[in-house]
Amino acid sequence: MKWIDYENAKTVDEAVKILSQSGGKARPMAGGTDLIVQLRVKDPRVDADVVVNVKDIPELNELSYSADKGLTIGAAVPCHEIYNDANVIAHYPALIDSASLIGGTQIQGRASLGGNLCNAAPSGDSIPNLVAHNGVATLAGPNGTREVAVEDVCTGPRQTCIGKDEILVSINLPNPGDGFGANYIRFIPRNEMDIAVVGAGVSVNIAGGKFTAAKVSLASVAPTPISVPDAISALVGESVGDGPIQKAANAAKEAAKPISDMRGTAEYRKHLCEVLTRRALNTAVERAQGGK
Amino acid sequence: MPTKTHVTTTINGEQIDFLCEPRQSLLECLRDVIGLTGTKEGCNDGNCGACTVNMDGRIVTSCLVLGVEAEGANIETIEGVADGSNLHPLQLAFLENAALQCGICTPGFIVSSKALLEQNPNPTEHEIRFWLANNLCRCTGYDKIVRAVQDAAKRMQEA
Amino acid sequence: MTTADYERNMVLSNVDYKVVGTRPVRHDGADKVTGRAIYGADFDASGLLHGKILRSPHAHAKILSIDTSKAEALDGVKAVATASDFPNTGDKSVDLGEDTTKLKWLRDNILASDKALYTGHAIAAVAAVNPHVAEEALALIEVKYEALDPVMTTQEAMSSGASILHDGLTTQELGEDTGKVSNVASHFQHVKGDVQKGFSEADVIIEREYDTKTVHQGYIEPHNGTALWSPDGRLHVWCSTQGSFVVRDSLSDLLGIPVSRIRVTPTEIGGGFGGKIPIYVEPVAAILSKKTGAPVKIVMSRKETFEGSGPTPGSNIKIKLGAKSDGTITAAHAWMAMEAGAYPGSPVGAAAQCVFSTYELENALIDGYDVVVNKPKTAAYRAPGAPNAAFGMEQALNELAAKLGMDPIDIRLKNVAVEGTRRPDGPVFRRIGAKEVLEAMRDHPHYQTAKESGHGRGIAIGFWFNIGFDSACNIAVNKDGSINLTEGSTDIGGSRTSIAMHAAEVLGIPVEDVRPSVVDTDTIGFTAVTGGSRTTFATGWAAYEAAQDVKTQSIERAASIWDVDSDSLQMEDGVISSKTDSELKMTFKELASQMSDTGGGITGRAAVNPKGVGGSFCGNIVDVSVDDETGKVTIERFTCVQDVGKAIHPSYVEGQMQGGSVQGIGWALNEEYFMNDQGNMANSSLLDYRMPTSLDLPMIDTVIVEVANPGHPFGVRGVGEANIVPPTPAIANAVSDATGNIMTQLPLTPGAVLDSGK
Repeated sequence: MKWIDYENAKTVDEAVKILSQSGGKARPMAGGTDLIVQLRVKDPRVDADVVVNVKDIPELNELSYSADKGLTIGAAVPCHEIYNDANVIAHYPALIDSASLIGGTQIQGRASLGGNLCNAAPSGDSIPNLVAHNGVATLAGPNGTREVAVEDVCTGPRQTCIGKDEILVSINLPNPGDGFGANYIRFIPRNEMDIAVVGAGVSVNIAGGKFTAAKVSLASVAPTPISVPDAISALVGESVGDGPIQKAANAAKEAAKPISDMRGTAEYRKHLCEVLTRRALNTAVERAQGGK
Repeated sequence: MPTKTHVTTTINGEQIDFLCEPRQSLLECLRDVIGLTGTKEGCNDGNCGACTVNMDGRIVTSCLVLGVEAEGANIETIEGVADGSNLHPLQLAFLENAALQCGICTPGFIVSSKALLEQNPNPTEHEIRFWLANNLCRCTGYDKIVRAVQDAAKRMQEA
Repeated sequence: MTTADYERNMVLSNVDYKVVGTRPVRHDGADKVTGRAIYGADFDASGLLHGKILRSPHAHAKILSIDTSKAEALDGVKAVATASDFPNTGDKSVDLGEDTTKLKWLRDNILASDKALYTGHAIAAVAAVNPHVAEEALALIEVKYEALDPVMTTQEAMSSGASILHDGLTTQELGEDTGKVSNVASHFQHVKGDVQKGFSEADVIIEREYDTKTVHQGYIEPHNGTALWSPDGRLHVWCSTQGSFVVRDSLSDLLGIPVSRIRVTPTEIGGGFGGKIPIYVEPVAAILSKKTGAPVKIVMSRKETFEGSGPTPGSNIKIKLGAKSDGTITAAHAWMAMEAGAYPGSPVGAAAQCVFSTYELENALIDGYDVVVNKPKTAAYRAPGAPNAAFGMEQALNELAAKLGMDPIDIRLKNVAVEGTRRPDGPVFRRIGAKEVLEAMRDHPHYQTAKESGHGRGIAIGFWFNIGFDSACNIAVNKDGSINLTEGSTDIGGSRTSIAMHAAEVLGIPVEDVRPSVVDTDTIGFTAVTGGSRTTFATGWAAYEAAQDVKTQSIERAASIWDVDSDSLQMEDGVISSKTDSELKMTFKELASQMSDTGGGITGRAAVNPKGVGGSFCGNIVDVSVDDETGKVTIERFTCVQDVGKAIHPSYVEGQMQGGSVQGIGWALNEEYFMNDQGNMANSSLLDYRMPTSLDLPMIDTVIVEVANPGHPFGVRGVGEANIVPPTPAIANAVSDATGNIMTQLPLTPGAVLDSGK
């Protein structure tokens, strides 16, 4: 690895200041499970001279819930804290689908959902799930803070709308309310420790036997995780049943624009979009109808 | 010439001070700076688990931690698992169940398994396999490792 | 998954010993569970420098020039090496432990001279004060290449107009040099009987083509080596190797210095499976050490291990079988082309020794092609070549059985090889256990229990011939009656204990009273590689003979104390006694305490090259489920049955069987070198080269069958390899059973399984 400098920021302002003064050559680090590898293999998209540890900043370690604000996940909160958190288990159980399958046990001790979002891999396992939960990212920069919907954060492989002088502070998931169910599943050839061939994050709101709202988001089928508006419109307003779910699954297959690579052919990935969207929606419906 | 960073940390219960470059991983610092070579490198990208150590109560792959991040941390490595000359029940169980062949992955498996049994004293086979999925072994096919962890759990509960 | 009510790991045994067949804790165990054992990368020396290697980004290219001046000028860099630093030691045939090669090819594989023949081919190396500086220096080495078209498969390499790897390589056709420059290094045949006649007599014929991909041994410890070239001209190397003497002899050939000036100390080794027989970084470290006068350590990264060490080959195999309606095979033809990688020497020869060897065939023809391609030079991997061959043969045989309406085990028993069977490649079997393995499979609760609804079941059997070769052992008796045993076989899976058990059995002492050590090349007689399933067989035999030497001397010593004829004495269970006088009795311990006064210490020694090698057969029963929407295969139940001759340490034998099975499962389901259009490996990490994790597997049940090998004092055959042969066809047969589709390609990735129905 080339020489790097290490800074340990204690406040959001301090982190932003270091980033602003580095001429775009500083990178915030939470769990580091992606960043350290990228620096080691000299990934040209991650050219940093300075690594800024953000794990000691209070706002980035927040994990809190209230009925009106929903769930606030600090950008540096590691996966294991998320799936062991009572509020997550009670109100956002589907979030555990992602937090418990990013890497293995050791990775989950360090890796954060915030880092997964900032890393902006097309295959990022938490991103479709955060989208399905209507997540909103809070960014801090030299000019203060701003909010961006999670589904608008990623702009390309390893590229985001986050400025080089900005950090992700937290992600907010609004209170999903009653009749909500979500699910994230991915297809991998192994059973753990793998990159999604395709990932599907979905959510539904059900009231009076009808879908009142829905989200369908896919990983590993485009340069960024994508949302599938046609799948949403196939569901919303329809009675809960196999017909609309199949239509949504077909829409997901249509929307996917995957490439062929070592993880699967484009054709196979499109096929999987249909399978996984259908399976995930069925689980989400089950969860919605089961209460959680 | 850039300067090294002074790090004060606790390893296996002892306060340790060392100097490192920020680019050096905790794994490198343990092995090349401090001289604790029981923690092994198999892939250097977090996928084999051979470098697993316990850091502040959580297992991590030390190749994906910077040495400077050890400042103020409490780290346990394979060298700290035995109680003096008394082997830990997991170490005994690994030996008596023939759960190692070449032994290069063994330190990582023992450190990982110890953390599992501390939070889940009686894990199912599936729970053991899930917890250890970040530790690769190429010799054993995992059968005897899973049995050794089950055996150690039993020993620890009976103790 | 349900667990049946039966004994999971069974030993079908017929002879009992005192120590042999027990399960003691290994002598190196405590060191390995406490992190104290020193592996190659753990080795440290005063003033140590760190080396790094620059590797080719091209799969096939001419090297036009290498400019190292900028790298040499970097602060902290102590030396740079290229192929031009090798002394000119000419060309000749050199022994590589399990096979031979030409010295030029060996040298060029370590540092390329005129051509880069695969992505990852070593080009130059740097020694520096730390690995990071060495790595920075690599980026400053300027290499000019002229890129050439890469040749990635046997089909491409054998086609007319293919890009040629070696201008000087001409095809050996049935032993004769054709003089024709080509990528086909050789074509050989084994012929038994008349296959044309055999096929004409067949009622049923099956003919099918199979393809397999390049796979890696996947040992968790990357290659490493440290060299210190002393000012007195002596070279000392510490490394993780399967054969310290092969390292020594190769270094001597490459560096032009006598073996007596080279000392190789084998450190503990983190897996090998055949892949750590060849040398890679050791000569480079030696050259850098000579240039700097300091010890130099080189440790490969995981990517380098994938791209710059030797995997086992991809292959293209055609099998044709003919049989009578009663299942008797009338003729068999195997056509096998295997990728050697960048230099000749694929395991197709070994594959030919295995492909039909489970069966008594009247008419058989085997064609083998050794083909160079732009991939790393292949190395041994656990029964090299045999799994590729079995993937074809054992599937074709199942197709034959299905066509004849026969049970797949019955058709194998109908044709099974027995004592006296002559293999198509020549040798005649002595006592073997193929039939016993098939019977144990047939009778196993797994096979006797109906598969679960929706599951597929497959079986297969495989063979590996095992090898003997040289081994040496020394024993020194201590005053307390314990012994120190030294030997030269690096211990990858507990072999020092199984070897020690041989000596303990002979002397009638507890194995805990044996202190076995694996020592360096200055300290023990020539010992061949830990490979070919030979270690417990041959080095165990050396320990047996060395212990016999101690036993004989002990009896003679007692005879001198008692002043009787040594022929009148015996030694059993650690007690020396008179055959005639019940008063004369003394334990080995008591004798040891008197050694000094009765003529000095007792040392035993042996050097052997045993010829009584016994081949091993291994069979699998496997149940799978297949997700019909994704094509993903789950191994639901797996049983491994192997004839090991005699299990010296049954736990370690089970471990070999389970480990080989799981490597086979990985090979069957997911493992492959995924090469992109430029001939670069796209998945050179343990994330994307998907070896099985604990969560991907069930328990692996074992049945140890003991059909004693008449060629070993305890009946040992060797257990390390045959177990990787049947998994790929057994799993393919199970997936075929579940899906109704024939599996002609490895790996059986989810996408491939789904596509097989199209």
